[in-house]
Amino acid sequence: MIEPAPTTPEPMTRMGAFWRGTLAMFGVPATVLYAGILGYGAFAREAGLTLGQALALPIFLQALPAQVVLADHAARGASLAAAALAVSLTAVRFLPMTVVIMPWLKGHGGPRWHELLVVHFVAVTVWIEGLRRLPTVRPEVRLTYYLGIGVGILSGTLAATALGYLAAGTVPEWMAAALLFTMPLTFLLAMIETARSRADHLAIGAGIAIAPLAYAWLPGFDLLLTGLAGGTLAWLLGRWRRT
Amino acid sequence: MSGLPGVWGLWGGYLPFFIAGFLASEPWRWGGALIGRDLDPQSEFFIWVRAVSSAIVAGLVARLVVFPTGAMAAISAPTRYGAALIGIAAFFAIRRNLGAGVAIGTLALIAGHFLIG
Repeated sequence: MIEPAPTTPEPMTRMGAFWRGTLAMFGVPATVLYAGILGYGAFAREAGLTLGQALALPIFLQALPAQVVLADHAARGASLAAAALAVSLTAVRFLPMTVVIMPWLKGHGGPRWHELLVVHFVAVTVWIEGLRRLPTVRPEVRLTYYLGIGVGILSGTLAATALGYLAAGTVPEWMAAALLFTMPLTFLLAMIETARSRADHLAIGAGIAIAPLAYAWLPGFDLLLTGLAGGTLAWLLGRWRRT
Repeated sequence: MSGLPGVWGLWGGYLPFFIAGFLASEPWRWGGALIGRDLDPQSEFFIWVRAVSSAIVAGLVARLVVFPTGAMAAISAPTRYGAALIGIAAFFAIRRNLGAGVAIGTLALIAGHFLIG
């Protein structure tokens, strides 16, 4: 499923590296991502977003869960502050992810701010493809190669978003429901797949258990409440089990 | 312009999403690129943050399945719960394969809808 990496990096121009990077949009991780994105497109339509807004969110955020959290807050008229806080909390994980990938993005010979632009493409799928492919690329062109991965997968994401959005309005209801269903299922399975610590596993269970109660009690703040309560509980239990 | 409630329909409909989307998330990436070298991704703080983030997303999944809106609301509760469980089971049965889990769970939802309503 995942092709073996070549052992010696071949010479590549910057443009060549960029285009080679964009091919990641046809890889297995990206293809699985698009299934969830179709669901996001359908969800964005039902949430009341315009097609333009539905396409803007992946460009602004580059993170499917954060996009759905944000669209969901907007649909229910939550305050800007509550939405920003919830989105920000789902995005903190980008900090350690960026730390991990930075060593592969140095050595390009350009100014440092180029790195600040390219790290916009730190999101799970692009990041995984970067860690997998960058070691096979010469250091001088890694930054443009990574940019290529990001732009390629973003292009696929936008196409899938538009497809999901437009399809949701034209296909029979059961098909629209199936489209919508791919998104939560993708999230859940991807989280189980990437969970490493006991706290991660406990947090998934706690989130599922608390969310329906939080929604009944404090709609609009339910995801924040679920995250803070369930996450803290999972962290404490995980710590207690470790000691 | 969109018909979204509250602040979300204002300022052309894009600025609120830019603020609560891009500006709320991008600083973490900049932080990782600038000061990340000195931070320990194994620290208790990051374990807590990961847990909070996972609980938010898991909570969202639960709400979408338990309190569906739109087209999903036409699918009965037993079918939604059953399809989610079948998707999880398929994921574990087929060597933790994400694509297989999503495909089989979604097919189970369609099958359940036509077989048991």
